[in-house]
Amino acid sequence: MVHWSAEEKQLITSVWAKVSVEECGAEALARLLIVYPWTQRFFSDFGNLSSPTAIIGNPKVRAHGKKVLTSFGEAIKNLDNLKGTYSKLSELHCDKLHVDPENFRLLGDILVIVLAAHFSKDFTPACQATWQKLVGLVAHALARKYH
Amino acid sequence: MLTAEDKKLIQQMWGKLGGAEEEIGAEALTRMFCSYPPTKTYFPHFDLSPGSDQVRGHGKKVVAALSTAIKNMDNLSQALSELSNLHAYNLRVDPPRFSLQFLSQCLQVALATRLGKDYSPEVHSAVDKFMSAVASVLAEKYR
Repeated sequence: MVHWSAEEKQLITSVWAKVSVEECGAEALARLLIVYPWTQRFFSDFGNLSSPTAIIGNPKVRAHGKKVLTSFGEAIKNLDNLKGTYSKLSELHCDKLHVDPENFRLLGDILVIVLAAHFSKDFTPACQATWQKLVGLVAHALARKYH
Repeated sequence: MLTAEDKKLIQQMWGKLGGAEEEIGAEALTRMFCSYPPTKTYFPHFDLSPGSDQVRGHGKKVVAALSTAIKNMDNLSQALSELSNLHAYNLRVDPPRFSLQFLSQCLQVALATRLGKDYSPEVHSAVDKFMSAVASVLAEKYR
């Protein structure tokens, strides 16, 4: 059972309240596809991913980024039950999407960098540590149903 | 592999830091100790409290090494050869700790907090690749 201190919960919710799920999601996913180009293998039907500009402007990337981050929002509402929250998604990513769980860790790290660029000095070391913990646990929950 | 464009972006980015490099080194280390407590095991002899002089000093060292690397991106192996020996034979930091990018992640967060939008996807990509290359070179002599 994961333990979240009151301070950690505060750091998560106060940051999340200021996040635009659509913008942040689009940016995080775009960066994943740009910084780790091999991840494009999961998005072959997304159309033009030929350059950073194409990726950033790609409407499917934006839409999917929003989806991914919306799901993250669910996790934040259920910090004490990440495993339950991600159970079905974990099965989906394993059985249908065939995504190597390592990619969840990569996306998590990218999300942290996107938040850092957005929140600047407010993204303190304590804040980063809490978010690294969160993205790590989300990645873990998503990998849990793999077989 | 680092392209010519990557190298240009990295040099430009480093140039934009306007003297904050040393601070960034200390901050990256502080963030790393905070987010990844096991990394502290390599510094039992350090005072790791906030604002520690030792962390400041070490951050400065790390950044100086990165600056050297940035000036010698065409020959990282040679430029970092001494550091590579040091890490392999003396420090013996677990090599995956490098490739697992704890320091890279925290350095990038420190850069992103300062550069905001200027830490564009293209710059992010170039820096990530660069840190990977540095990590590889440092781990070269391990075995």
